[in-house]
Amino acid sequence: MSPKPILSAFRQALSESWAGGAGALLPLGFFAGAAVLVPLGIGTEPGMLRAVGPGILWVSLALSSLVTLERIFQADVEDGALDLWLQAGAPVSAIAAAKTFAHWLTAGLPLALMSPVLALMFQAEAGIGLLTGPLIYGLGGLAFFFWGGVGAALSATVRRGGLLIALIALPLYVPTAIFGSMAMRGAALGDTAPLLLAASTLFALAAAPFAMAAALRLAAD
Amino acid sequence: MGMLSAFANPHRFLALSSWLAPLFYTVGGALIAWGVWQGLWVVPKDDYQGGDIMRVMFIHVPAAWLAMASYSAMAAASFIWFIWRHELADIAAKAIAPLGATWTALCLATGSIWGKPTWGTWWQWDDARMMSVLFLFFLFLGYMALRAAMDSRQKAARAGAILAMVGALNVPLIKFSVDMFTSLHQDASVITADGPKMAAVYLWPLMMSGLGHSLLFGALVMTLMRAEIWTRRAARQRARLLAGA
Repeated sequence: MSPKPILSAFRQALSESWAGGAGALLPLGFFAGAAVLVPLGIGTEPGMLRAVGPGILWVSLALSSLVTLERIFQADVEDGALDLWLQAGAPVSAIAAAKTFAHWLTAGLPLALMSPVLALMFQAEAGIGLLTGPLIYGLGGLAFFFWGGVGAALSATVRRGGLLIALIALPLYVPTAIFGSMAMRGAALGDTAPLLLAASTLFALAAAPFAMAAALRLAAD
Repeated sequence: MGMLSAFANPHRFLALSSWLAPLFYTVGGALIAWGVWQGLWVVPKDDYQGGDIMRVMFIHVPAAWLAMASYSAMAAASFIWFIWRHELADIAAKAIAPLGATWTALCLATGSIWGKPTWGTWWQWDDARMMSVLFLFFLFLGYMALRAAMDSRQKAARAGAILAMVGALNVPLIKFSVDMFTSLHQDASVITADGPKMAAVYLWPLMMSGLGHSLLFGALVMTLMRAEIWTRRAARQRARLLAGA
């Protein structure tokens, strides 16, 4: 099996996310916008914002992944790329994983890198926590994108599948959201929460590509 | 596999369910009625579990059992369909989904009603069981929404099977993470241990009610499956007639 289709799918996914206007800045804008709405909704008391800040960022990250995932496989179904991969016997699970990873690189990682700025706006203490934040949001985001990718692949042939992806992915996001916010709060479990987060992300990386491949084979029929 | 294949025959299923479903309806209904009568009028109230409100247990616990069992059954049927493509397995998975969601909602509603007087709140985020059942409910909803969105029966079956298996794979992790989440706030929860310590006076009506709910569930699944088989036959018949005309 040649790595060529995997690499080309990866490169294409990267370039696609830059095409079409604002490109990779769009998810960033959505992420910031969603997070900034919260103090307007619940009030600006600093202690409360500090308490809810990490959680708000998790929710915004989950929402950003959901809204950006809708189109990830639809184009491949529509323009026939998927049929070509299947005809060529290319490893669909690896292609799906590469595409999802590229998607995370352009729409997930930037959000994680921007998280310290938003954390400061939510009155987080400036310190070491600000530096570990991007790592934890990055890890958790990876799991969000891979499980969300399963929802996206399952609804690749569904018109306006966005809401469907959200409903499908929501229960799958639970472990990541829980371990992630525990890791951010440095909760009673101390150091185990980041490890559990990493473990659940690895589980997503291992399991989701096969589900995506099965769903994409279905979409091609 | 021999036994499974025997059950996979729709003719045999129709013949079997034509008398098994009415039997399950009758026995299940009688057991539920007996359990409710025992629960409401016979067993003494338990002040430790919130007084008279604990009588909701005779609906709540069977509903919780069915919520978990029905998702397992749906995932198992999906797996069987995905591997062996027995049409009947898909028909079963499709029939279980709305019923499983109903019993899961019943479990959440009765739990909430029980929670108000005992815990002082309709909804306890710190209770791992409530949270797990809530996410189970969402898994059912996602499954039904996905099936409904597909444009053909074959695609609905395949997409549903993939999702049910992915969900089943994630259930242990969801359960584990929710347990961990709630154990952080142990002080806030006022959950009293029950289960093995339960007195026999409660255990018998509870078990009979659980059996009754299971039989009723099984009967309803069979009815929905029969309806689906006849619907598919009618569709095939119509296609044949149109092709012949």
